[in-house]
Amino acid sequence: MRLGVVLFPGSNCEQDVVHAAHELGIGAEYVWHGDTDLAGFDALVLPGGFSYGDYIRCGAVARFSPVMSEVVRFAERGGPVMGICNGFQILTEAHLLPGALLRNTGLKFICHPQPLRAERSVCEWVNLPEGTVVDIPVNHNEGNYYCDVDTLERLNANGQVVLRYCEPDGSRAPGGSAPNGALDDIAGICNERGNVFGLMPHPERAVDPLVGTTDGRPFFTTVMARLAEVAG
Amino acid sequence: MARYEVYVTYKQGIFDPPGATAERALANLGYEGIESVKIGKYIQIEADAGLETVREMCERLLANPVIEDYRIVTEGEA
Repeated sequence: MRLGVVLFPGSNCEQDVVHAAHELGIGAEYVWHGDTDLAGFDALVLPGGFSYGDYIRCGAVARFSPVMSEVVRFAERGGPVMGICNGFQILTEAHLLPGALLRNTGLKFICHPQPLRAERSVCEWVNLPEGTVVDIPVNHNEGNYYCDVDTLERLNANGQVVLRYCEPDGSRAPGGSAPNGALDDIAGICNERGNVFGLMPHPERAVDPLVGTTDGRPFFTTVMARLAEVAG
Repeated sequence: MARYEVYVTYKQGIFDPPGATAERALANLGYEGIESVKIGKYIQIEADAGLETVREMCERLLANPVIEDYRIVTEGEA
């Protein structure tokens, strides 16, 4: 199984993703933003960073990169795509995921370990029992998830909310547990089909025991195991 | 060559953290009666393009219709 890590000018987490994949025995290679050939890749990751300097809006320019029309086609064929942080922002700008990511309410760039609870979802990338709490770092300035009321209703009804910010015990504070003001404490969502997944936290930074948490591992291994099973 | 000015602002009801901060800061400076302060983007375009094309530019790139409204002011010949 081969993981493609899409590299935009200004991406800065691509090496972490490739390192995480290799740590887990997953073959991973970079895909340049100008490339239009995704043949041979079984799954794609859009890593974090500041693609095109985050000019206009985060992800607004990256979404028109030559590679992105192929990423859209790959996703439409059912190929698994995960967008982490800036990658999540790019997926919303590309309309592969609903909603948008606004400036953090506190106007602060946040960077710290963050408890997250897994929700019951249709996401192909995550298969954690509902309520499982994982500890994964967040590192962003625009992670304040927003969508309109109808979209939120649909996300909840279809099992498209994959991860929520929470307290260390898995509960949600009455005023919200999101460190960035995200609507309904949403940290990660997927599309209706479950193959396209976007999240603000960085699972690739929670793979190597050296950094103190390996809670990010299932975010890479689950989909790979699923693909291997399908391939027989 | 035509000249356009584009104003991009958050849609009604979307929280604008920099605007809210400016609002509080102005109140702290003693200004009274401030209803609200919103901060958006101002874009100048000089192009051999009609209004319809500039509108398309806004829809596709300059504004995100999910969260933002835009207003185009035609400034005439550049």
